[in-house]
Amino acid sequence: MLSRTADNLFWLARYVERAENTARIIDAANRLAAMPIAYAGGSNEWESAVAATGALGLFKSLNREPTAENIIDFLAFSPENPSSIRSCLERARVNARSVRTALTSEMWDAINGAWLGLRQFDGASRDRMRLNEFLVYVKEASLRFDGSAYRTMIRNDVYFFSSLGSFIERADNTARILDVKYHLLLPAQESVGGGLDYFQWSSILRSVSANTAYHWVYRESLKPWLVADLLVLNDQLPRSLASCYDNICAFLDELSLAYGRQGPAQRVARSTRNRLQNATIDDVFADGLHEFLTEFIGENARLGQAITDQYLA
Amino acid sequence: MVVAFDEMSASSESCRPGYEILKRWLDSTPPDLLSTRRAEAELLFRRIGITFAVYGDNDGEERIIPFDIIPRIITAPEWTKLSKGLEQRVKALNAFLTDIYSKGDILRAGIVPQDLIYQNPYYRPEMAGLKLAHDIYVMIAGIDIVRVDPDTFYVLEDNARTPSGVSYMLENREVMMKLFPDLFAEHRIAPVENYPDALLATLKSVAPLSAPGDPTVALLTPGPFNSAFYEHSFLADKLGIELVEGRDLLVRDNVVYMRTTEGPKRVDVLYRRLDDDFLDPLTFRPDSILGVPGLMNAYRAGNITLSNAVGTGVADDKAVYSYMPEIVRFYLGEEPILKNVPTWRCREPDALKYVLDNLDTLVVKEVAGSGGYGMLIGPASDRKTREEFGAKLRANPDDFIAQPTLALSTSPTFVDAGIAPRHVDLRPFVLSGRDKVRIVPGGLTRVALKEGSLVVNSSQGGGTKDTWVLDA
Repeated sequence: MLSRTADNLFWLARYVERAENTARIIDAANRLAAMPIAYAGGSNEWESAVAATGALGLFKSLNREPTAENIIDFLAFSPENPSSIRSCLERARVNARSVRTALTSEMWDAINGAWLGLRQFDGASRDRMRLNEFLVYVKEASLRFDGSAYRTMIRNDVYFFSSLGSFIERADNTARILDVKYHLLLPAQESVGGGLDYFQWSSILRSVSANTAYHWVYRESLKPWLVADLLVLNDQLPRSLASCYDNICAFLDELSLAYGRQGPAQRVARSTRNRLQNATIDDVFADGLHEFLTEFIGENARLGQAITDQYLA
Repeated sequence: MVVAFDEMSASSESCRPGYEILKRWLDSTPPDLLSTRRAEAELLFRRIGITFAVYGDNDGEERIIPFDIIPRIITAPEWTKLSKGLEQRVKALNAFLTDIYSKGDILRAGIVPQDLIYQNPYYRPEMAGLKLAHDIYVMIAGIDIVRVDPDTFYVLEDNARTPSGVSYMLENREVMMKLFPDLFAEHRIAPVENYPDALLATLKSVAPLSAPGDPTVALLTPGPFNSAFYEHSFLADKLGIELVEGRDLLVRDNVVYMRTTEGPKRVDVLYRRLDDDFLDPLTFRPDSILGVPGLMNAYRAGNITLSNAVGTGVADDKAVYSYMPEIVRFYLGEEPILKNVPTWRCREPDALKYVLDNLDTLVVKEVAGSGGYGMLIGPASDRKTREEFGAKLRANPDDFIAQPTLALSTSPTFVDAGIAPRHVDLRPFVLSGRDKVRIVPGGLTRVALKEGSLVVNSSQGGGTKDTWVLDA
């Protein structure tokens, strides 16, 4: 396969995944912001949402007031933000169009349809009802894309590269969503484990649709270290870092089998997976969750670079 | 205005051979049904995503070309004559291009003026003296044919560079077969679906002598922003070859490779849909980011076949075109089967005078023009336009030719007012390989949807029809 085709597929999947995750982050921030001050309000949930997408520096450089409306617009619609949902869907569509024949018609429909429908949401950042509709729309588009890839694609390198894109982006985003907690301020009078803390952790779970999963697995009330355990180490949760890396390793193995050759990408991925398999959540908290996640995000980016060097350049 | 020859009914009473069943069907089918079918056809085209972009049109990044659901029919004897003429034409074209880039016999014989070739902007000095693997320059020609009466077909243009439109020939047929299975059952229509196979066989046959037994072919596209990108990806898909952009290719030791996920892979034949100017920034336009640095060196070293060859544009020049009957006679020693439209070369003073005196009846075209742009259709113009055009002509007579306004044949077409005759042309695709010439029976019929209009170009409101060549 052409390297450019593989690159387009890889990034197409990443853009779609990123669009969905940004929608989830907005959703979570929205919930927190809607809480009465006594529980959660008055904290900096909107800024922390931007921080979670990794675009805080860019937002600050634009010199906008960090109001809810400005931030929602920045995260969802702004062409100035290359990772805004709209930018992601537009870039996904450009990529899809140039590798059109590598996609099944269902996948093309999912991307093209999502792109065509974007227009109806102009101005939705100022209208909460329509914003909610938009967030649902984006999540459904991503589900359709994923689902049609899963159900219609031949299992060859086309599928492997596109899946690698999805899982690398998903791992990155899970780590970032979890790290939001680090950026969220607890007001001075609030204590760790207090009411506000509780709602913040709960909104994180909710944003990755893992509330029910949490209760199934732990059968306990919300505990920060258990939330982290679920999202980092539990390989039963499909978007945990451990599960993403199981998948990443499996798809990289498929590639090395198909091409008859292993390389740095396989080695980097395996070493990260081994660390995730051998760690306990106590170790993670002992060294600091934020430090752990920061290091993970860096490693994950290095894997992306290794895949690029080995296959896509 | 002369009454044009209608391909279904020469007069309102009679029905021409081949059209009997279709005419009966049209007479008995309610307009509502036709409207429904037309809407279905449009939906199918949208779903397939068969689109083209109109340059300078921000609003419609992608549009579909209007499709007329009434087919255009060509009988077996008509097709036999046409295809013989087409084959003769491409053989002469290839002999001519081989000659002007090597010995130049036809120039020394004084049949075609030297300055017309050597000073032509589309003549590529880089090609002079270069021996091509199989002496074939034009592997793919999209020769535009018009008809004026039952027996007379004219060649309007040879399109020896990168002719497009074949995807419409193929998709139009697919859509028609879905919409009108009964009509297909009642006619014996020659299939066109083997075109991709014929094209691939042609391209493989012209691989460099150094290429392996099963050469690697790739299609070089300028990219998704090109107006014909859909066709490029469609053809690459049907041929089962990679669709590459310039940045996917690299040249090492005068060999062309594409960058793949398994490392560089050698390419032997490039079906390039990129103009000469952009092919190689080291040889042609240095600002081209669409091309491949070093490609021309690999070409000169005989390690890659470009299809079509570099420098074929000189044959598309409309003044050169006017010599085609002589070119056919010179190389093949045969009389041309297909006629050339009589052409006044404004570079010749007598012709210029005649053209200026008769602007109101002639069609005047730029020698290097295409796409229906930059031309004057005398009978449809007003005095002011003619005067302005006359001034341009006098200033640069070399840049223009003139032809009589042909009464292009018409074909029944479903328009808002019902079924009405509209002017059509035909673009069959002629494939020249090392082994033989292949012509799939059919082609792209373009139709001028506006009443009375003679301009069939899709960029100017033209549509397309399915073209049925009836089997004997």
